[in-house]
Amino acid sequence: MTELAKKRPEFRNINLLKDVPTYRMPAAAVVSILHRISGIIMFVLLPFIVWMLDRSLTSEISFDAFTAVFRAGAGFVPGWFFKLMVLALIWAYLHHFIAGLRHLWMDLSHSSVNKEFGRKSAVTVLVISVALALVLGAKLFGLY
Amino acid sequence: MSVNYGSKRTVVGAHYGLRDWLVQRGTAVIMTLFTIALLAQVIFSRGAIGYDLWAGIFAAQWMKGLTFATVIALAWHVWVGMRNVWMDYVPAVLLRLVLQVLTLAWLFACTAWAFQVLWRM
Repeated sequence: MTELAKKRPEFRNINLLKDVPTYRMPAAAVVSILHRISGIIMFVLLPFIVWMLDRSLTSEISFDAFTAVFRAGAGFVPGWFFKLMVLALIWAYLHHFIAGLRHLWMDLSHSSVNKEFGRKSAVTVLVISVALALVLGAKLFGLY
Repeated sequence: MSVNYGSKRTVVGAHYGLRDWLVQRGTAVIMTLFTIALLAQVIFSRGAIGYDLWAGIFAAQWMKGLTFATVIALAWHVWVGMRNVWMDYVPAVLLRLVLQVLTLAWLFACTAWAFQVLWRM
């Protein structure tokens, strides 16, 4: 053991607010933490998701009342705000979905588990999930 | 973690072994099929989505079956995932147990509600 080796910095009791923001996370780490965050968001909003399924499917009347919230808003909250909230939920789902596909692929293919594939596939996940969210966002905001 | 049996057993830990890992993958595949089926019909539709198109997607018997399977897969998938989250961030056994039970109640309630919606159609 040289003196230099003994003096390597130790990281204990890592502070979430002081230490974690200083990390330079590679793309795979970003995908990983977003996978967890998006999962938790969807877990918390699960009743809201089932409520949307309920209102949109039960009858034509409930469907009209439901879509009216997105067109005209509810109370003082404008419709576009609800659309943005749902778009955030759509992105959370798509990110979780595509990051999950990446997991499945890495489970199936040993040869794809290396540093380079990890980085490339993580960037791909981020790009595809945002692109798909944009397409569905265009649908949501009536662009096509 | 050296002793994990008898009175030292972690009652709020994972079911060590392959099962939960495999469940997470199996349920993910079911939900993938559902997601692709739904996305394809929504993305390639033209104009605003009306009730006819939307209800029509879920009216097909195969889609009803797939949706039903997806609801169950989702609940199981979320259980494994949320339990992992509690295990990572909540070391206190009693609090973790309470959160796990609440998670189960939350998932059972949502699943039952989704079944109601599907059966009403």
